[in-house]
Amino acid sequence: MSGSKQRAAVIGVGQTKYASTRGDVSLAGLVREAAYRALEMAGKQWSDIDAVVIGKAPDFFEGIMMPEIYLAEALGCVGKPILRVHTAGSVGGSTAVVATSLVQAGIHGTVLTLGFEKQSESNAMWALSLPSPFTTSINAGAGGYFSPIIRRYMEYSGAPELIGCMVALKDRQHALNNPYAHVQDHELTFDKVVESPMLWDPIRYSETCPSSDGACAMVLTDETGAEAHDGAVAWIHGTAMRSEANNYGGRNVVSPKASEDCAADVFAQAGITNPREQIDAVEMYVPFSWYEPMWLESLGFAEKGEGWRMVESGATKHEGGDLPVNCSGGVLSTNPIGASGMIRFAEAALQVMGEAGAHQVDGAKTAFGHAYGGGAQYYAMWVVGAEKP
Amino acid sequence: MGYNQDPNVQPAALSGEVTMPAALAEVEPVQSVRTPAAIEYIATPGASLSAYLRAMKDKKILGDKCPVTGQVFVPPRGVSPVSGQRTTEMVEVADAGYVESFNITRLPIKSRPDLNPPYVSAWVVPDGANVGSISLVAGIEPEDVRIGLRVRAVWKPDDELEESAANILHWEPTGEPDVVLDDLRVIGKPGDAQ
Amino acid sequence: MRDIAVVASMQRQEKSIDNESEVEYMVPLMHGVKESIGITQADVGFTCSGSSDFIAGQAFSFVMTVDGANPVPPISESHVEMDGAWALYEAWVKMQMGEIDIALIYGYSKSSGGSLRDVLATQMDPYYVAPLWPDAFAIEALAARQLIESGKTSMEHLAELASRARDHAASNPNAVRTKAKSVADIMAEAPLMDPLRPSDIPASADGGCALILAAGDRARELCERPAWIRGIDHRTDAHTLGVRDLTTSMSARIAGEQAGVSDDKVDFAELYAPFTTSELVLTEALGLGDDTIINPSGGALSAHTMMASGLIRIAEAAQRITNGDGDRAVATAGSGPNLQQNLVCVLEGE
Repeated sequence: MSGSKQRAAVIGVGQTKYASTRGDVSLAGLVREAAYRALEMAGKQWSDIDAVVIGKAPDFFEGIMMPEIYLAEALGCVGKPILRVHTAGSVGGSTAVVATSLVQAGIHGTVLTLGFEKQSESNAMWALSLPSPFTTSINAGAGGYFSPIIRRYMEYSGAPELIGCMVALKDRQHALNNPYAHVQDHELTFDKVVESPMLWDPIRYSETCPSSDGACAMVLTDETGAEAHDGAVAWIHGTAMRSEANNYGGRNVVSPKASEDCAADVFAQAGITNPREQIDAVEMYVPFSWYEPMWLESLGFAEKGEGWRMVESGATKHEGGDLPVNCSGGVLSTNPIGASGMIRFAEAALQVMGEAGAHQVDGAKTAFGHAYGGGAQYYAMWVVGAEKP
Repeated sequence: MGYNQDPNVQPAALSGEVTMPAALAEVEPVQSVRTPAAIEYIATPGASLSAYLRAMKDKKILGDKCPVTGQVFVPPRGVSPVSGQRTTEMVEVADAGYVESFNITRLPIKSRPDLNPPYVSAWVVPDGANVGSISLVAGIEPEDVRIGLRVRAVWKPDDELEESAANILHWEPTGEPDVVLDDLRVIGKPGDAQ
Repeated sequence: MRDIAVVASMQRQEKSIDNESEVEYMVPLMHGVKESIGITQADVGFTCSGSSDFIAGQAFSFVMTVDGANPVPPISESHVEMDGAWALYEAWVKMQMGEIDIALIYGYSKSSGGSLRDVLATQMDPYYVAPLWPDAFAIEALAARQLIESGKTSMEHLAELASRARDHAASNPNAVRTKAKSVADIMAEAPLMDPLRPSDIPASADGGCALILAAGDRARELCERPAWIRGIDHRTDAHTLGVRDLTTSMSARIAGEQAGVSDDKVDFAELYAPFTTSELVLTEALGLGDDTIINPSGGALSAHTMMASGLIRIAEAAQRITNGDGDRAVATAGSGPNLQQNLVCVLEGE
């Protein structure tokens, strides 16, 4: 027997309102808010769900070991399978990929997938810097790690110094069209971004992602379910995951091979030979502004060294851009870490479903969702389309 | 039903009123509780890191050598990702090297109250190693630090040396000419095969 | 379903591994299991692992270990914050799509660095239960009490299970509790968490397991007698203490039915039963009879490596099939308080 791959599609997306503190809900309340919205859009009940695939970043963020165990009842899982994925920052994307594979492999007909983080219930900085007696820590969080990589990119590409600020302003303005986004700053201007304090020079405060509470859920179903669905459908045209070591001689830290391989794989599955031409909307994992031009190059939307020119020309803006990136506001506006990747995937789905509301890209037929994590070493990506593949 | 465009509109299943017993009608609801938790762990460094820490006491920097490719990793972790094999040979690398990249950190961090921002957090690649690790660069104005800068380790006084990576206080410029990075490590230059 | 089999495995379990880090002791298993059947990482289409940050005491702890999977050039890879048995499940699902033929699975933990009993308390409901820090043995003692009170078992019966596990473990080089002890001697043990005695609770170990899955003819090329996965399923019970009947396991029963445990005679079973009481519950839920040998390896009572113990059950069952010790086996994995989650895998030789 050779095995076979079935078609799969998204029929429901649900998100919570994102905020620095969702003190009005428990963890269970948070995940249920997203799950119910996804079920409602899909026109499904808990009893229609065959399995749940859940993802989140390190358990130390909330101080609960394997929280999906406690969430079994809240997620309607009693008597059902629940699988918990953890692949660092890419986890929201990886979780959606694993959920998709359950449908594609013909194991389950309809699957609920969900990513969440409730950073306000614990101390994320503590969780990320548990003291080790063996090393001397001088690294202030993720920005401390990624800023030297950004500096390498700036140096080799010769990009103008304020490209990152342009990305930051763009994503914060995009967020104003997304009522779910965490950061909603109507007063932000380019000058304010430029003048915001340097945290990890060359990264400014306003070029950095926030820390959010929130959850994002999707209902995935098989071909029969998608065809019977009375509503918008996002067909999954390809999924891919790649991992590599974070430190070895000859590693390209600016455009890691795992990123390039993962993109090549997912584009081949989706029949995409010219991503810039063929993809209508991109939801890219950009926790620090400069990662937009870096990923544009790594993923093949721009030539090497030229990604910043797309930013400069406004090509990645919702209004007037030919490749709108992060119309939802992106990670720069909303960052519940374990959900951040899934939000990218879900927002890509909403675009091809024509359900993105005020941040809808007109006529989007094909969209790309992207997530990365660890030392820019874990990748998850998907391509979704309005048409059945 | 389409996507819920209004986060203030709760899903139907969650929008019902919660009825409370009359006795609780006037009681203010509990919004949060604090439940401090602590777990103690005994950390073990493993074979390679142990050797590295011991050598630190003698002002030596040890790395792991990949048995297949010869790549040298510092600090050592006992495994070579490029061959997927256990490293068996440890080699000494120089206490001088170059800055592969860096940031200027302008915010204080809790775990190092001794560091006064701004300070330079750099990837320093010691001579003889194939990879860098994050290290403090000082003895130079932060604005003057650059990619390719040659640096050497500044060690604690001999009578204060311990089995600790903290024996290297920081790295300072050597005054040698800068290293041109293209010769040393692959970076995504336009047109690169990788 | 596509035919997929366990073709090789390697494990290591010791009371505590003090001189090596997780990645240092896992690399010989991860590399060794491939070497044992003459393949390299380039032959592996998917890699998947299971581990826990809370046990390691470090966020993103699995990032340190992935280097052992030889991820240069990049690999298609995933990780579950669950026992490695669920990593195997994820790989099995992926292989069903027919695009990859070989997968590397691993699971590991070094729990000797922290008090596992306390660490596991952080799994409980964070608002109502975890602040009370109920330790893992205390939670299982509730089940033991119910089982005894309901007449389903007795202290003597549990002692028999414990004594037999020790006998079986004697021939297992990876077991850490191997000293024979008679039923009478176990009956004489002072309870640790009444009614659980020291012999009723797991022998905690550090270690891990690496395993290779292969599909169809590729499996036959790599292994003389592959252990074919004929059914695999996993389920969860409710979490809230008091909602469940702790004397039975709905999750194990459903998973067992879905995996087809009762379709034919089961020669032996490797059950993830860290407590004597969990063995009792699982045996009943899966409908295993007297003609099935339970835990020929000594089971998790004799060596309990969190995050790998379930995967090790599958590895042990598969190895016995490959060796020709039997034709049909059941292996289980579990997670959570009172085995809230259970995975059941049916393995057969050809």
